[in-house]
Order: sequence, then structure tokens, then C-alpha cells
Amino acid sequence: MGFFELFMQSLPRLVQGIWITLQATLISLLVGTVLGIIFGLFSVSKVGFLRGLNRVYVDIIRGTPLIVQAFFIYFGIPNLTGIRFESFTAGTITLTLNAGAYIAEIVRGGIQAVNVGQMEAARSLGMPRRMAMRKVILPQAVRTMIPALINQFIITLKDSSILSVIGMPELTQKGKLIIANNFRSAEIWMIVGAMYFIVIMVLTQVSKVIERNLEYGKS
Amino acid sequence: MVKVEVKDLRKNFGTLEVLKKIDLEVNEGEVICIIGPSGSGKSTMLRCINALEKATSGTIIVDGNEITDEKGDINLYRRNIGMVFQQFNLFPHKSVLQNITMAPVSLKVETKQEAEATARKLLKSVGMLDKIDAFPHQLSGGQQQRVAIARALAMQPDVMLFDEPTSALDPEMVGEVLNVMKQLAFDGMTMIVVTHEMGFAREVADRVIFIDDGYIVEQGPPDQLFNNPQNERTINFLNMVL
Repeated sequence: MGFFELFMQSLPRLVQGIWITLQATLISLLVGTVLGIIFGLFSVSKVGFLRGLNRVYVDIIRGTPLIVQAFFIYFGIPNLTGIRFESFTAGTITLTLNAGAYIAEIVRGGIQAVNVGQMEAARSLGMPRRMAMRKVILPQAVRTMIPALINQFIITLKDSSILSVIGMPELTQKGKLIIANNFRSAEIWMIVGAMYFIVIMVLTQVSKVIERNLEYGKS
Repeated sequence: MVKVEVKDLRKNFGTLEVLKKIDLEVNEGEVICIIGPSGSGKSTMLRCINALEKATSGTIIVDGNEITDEKGDINLYRRNIGMVFQQFNLFPHKSVLQNITMAPVSLKVETKQEAEATARKLLKSVGMLDKIDAFPHQLSGGQQQRVAIARALAMQPDVMLFDEPTSALDPEMVGEVLNVMKQLAFDGMTMIVVTHEMGFAREVADRVIFIDDGYIVEQGPPDQLFNNPQNERTINFLNMVL
């Protein structure tokens, strides 16, 4: 079988795979961003308990490999509680918790990068802390966060390939299954790699446009 | 009438005593200039007045509101105390107009229309009306500081605090900012100015206060303090800066 034939034959399954990859990534990034913002705000809170909560969450996720987290959620939790997840659900939860922790760190960094004088200026005008945060600090923090966020989005997309270990039928898993049938690993991994590459290049281009539009005085 | 009353103010940073015992009364319409070596506590004292620094002990009352009362609404009290910073601290993501209207509109002190009218009036008085739609990074330091003064005035405060407002400026821009402050003093604003501009202090201040090592060492009308200082530390300091 020639390369073109192989390509056409495996393409439908690989497209199914990348579709699952994109779904899992998109859900993880949306929910992860919400989680990240909440925990990022916790990390700069005046309330010690909330800061502690953020610390525990971020430390656990950063301190353990994604593959171990995936195994724990897919195999460990059913073993502990009897509740079973589908591989897609377990995989997406894992990816979400992961993205959330890293995004929380990005949010924290973004907020802390804003000059303290900005908060003082807002407070000196009589604005309460929350209002100052919302109107003065966060809009500036978001601008510095964008490159790091885009980077995290790309990492999350690529990390979804690790979820093939729990059998989630995403792009890498599909590639593995096809190769298990036809042993054409060189060609298939090349095609799989190219598919990731194309999606990430598109994302990178979009991010460049966003960054350009966020320069001060243009929005 | 006493506008600002500071009684037995002390401030520690950890074990470092920055303010040891400060007593000060500022009358309505009075312009006070605070001078002293760096690290003497003058900026800290100023920042205690609007509670950007929390006093370790002592009482501060501004216009009848006890700033040091933990149960008081500091956000409400601060509306009445404008502050101008050494580094301007304009909001870089907002235009000049939005910088000025943000607080009055967000705090519902004025409607958007009212706030914009106020902003225009203030910008005209600081000579920045032509830059109303500019962003901070498009302005020089002196221009930014004049906008910052207008922003503080937009809340219609009774007292204005200036924390070394010209120290971050290129020399040729110091004058334009001092002129705005002079006009403000002339219009009867109660002002407390931490400054190294001895010329300004001499010309505009009603009273000059020399702070060193956490104490008010000496105070008096500028003529007296500059021409006939009594305390040895004041004399030494003035010899170095004049």
C-alpha cells in the first residue's frame, strides 16, 4: 500500500481522533480557565484560608505527573468509590484540573506583575479593593497573561496525547490503534504529528493577532 | 478650622521604628511642606494620613473622620483625601479622560456626563485639555503628573497629599507641575506636600516641617525655618540641600 492510499484509509479514524482531542482540550481550557481565574484570585486574597486552598491545589497538580493523575482518576477513583468514568470523562477531568492549576499560576503572576502603585492610586481615590481589582488591576494583568495563556493552551492540547494511556480515543490513541493493525509506524506517526502541528500553528497565528490588538491605545 | 489632626502617630515596619511620635495639625487652606532626608519617615507619614500605610498606633482625623478607626469606612474617607504619587500611577489602559472619570463614575459620585464635564474643567485648569483622548504612555512625565493631579481633584477632595510629586520628573518639567500646585494652593486647597523643592516650599508653604529620624524636629513659616533654623539637625540638612 502506497503512502497516499494509507493516508486516505487512516484519515477518517485520525479525524475522529483529532475531533476528540479538540473537544477534550476545548472543554479543559474553558473550565480550566474559570478554575484558574478563581484559584488565581484566591492566591492574592487577603483571606489566608483561600490562599492555602490555592497552594494545596497548585502544589498537588504541579507536584505529580499528568499520567499518574490520569491513572488515579480513571482507575483509582472507581477502585475507591465504585464510581466509573468513561475514559473521555476521566481524561477531560484530568486535563481540566491540570490546566486549572497552571492557569492559576499564570493569573497570579499576571496580577503580581502589575505595579503596586496602580492599586494604591485606585484605593487612594476611594475605590474598594474589589473594584480596584476589577477595573484597574485585572485589565492590566490580562494583557501580560496572554502570551503565557496561549502557551498553556498549546501545552494542554499536546498533553491530551498522554490520555491515550487510559484509552481515551483521541488522536494519539487512534494512531496507536492503526499502527497495531498495519505496523506502518513511520508514516502514521508523521501524519499524527502533522495534524497536531497544523492545529498548533493555527492557534499560534490567532494568538499573534490577539497580542497585537491588546497593545495600549488600540482597544 | 483644623482639617487634619495627627496625634501621637507611630509606625513600625517589623522592628524598625519609622515614625516615633508625630503630632501635627493642619488648618483649612493651609499648605504644609514636609522636608527631610530620605528614610526620615516623611513619605510614610503622608501615606498614613490616607491609610495606605496602617498606623501602628496613634490617631489621625481628617475632616472629622477618624482614619485610624478600624470600624470606619476608609473607602468613604479616602474620597475626601486626594493623593498624587511620585510615579504618577496613571492607569495605562485608560485614556486621560477615563483616568479622571473612572473613580467618580464607578463610585456613583457623578453620572458619566457630569464626570466628563468635571474632567474637562479640571484638564483645562491643568493645561491638558488638548490631551483628553491620549493614553498615559503618549505623555511626558510632567503631563502625566498634571493629569494625575486632575484625577485626584475629580473626587472633589478637601485635602490633597503630594508624595514627592516632582522627584521622578526631568528638570525641565518640574516647573509645569509646581505651577499647577501653586495655583491649587492659591485657590485655597489644604495641601500636605512632601518635597525636595526648597524653592517651592519657600514660596508657597504656610508652614515647613522638618522631619528626621521619625520625629518632627522643627517647624515654622518658611522664612523662619530656612533663614533662621534653630535645631542643629535642621541646620545640617539645610546646609546640604540649599
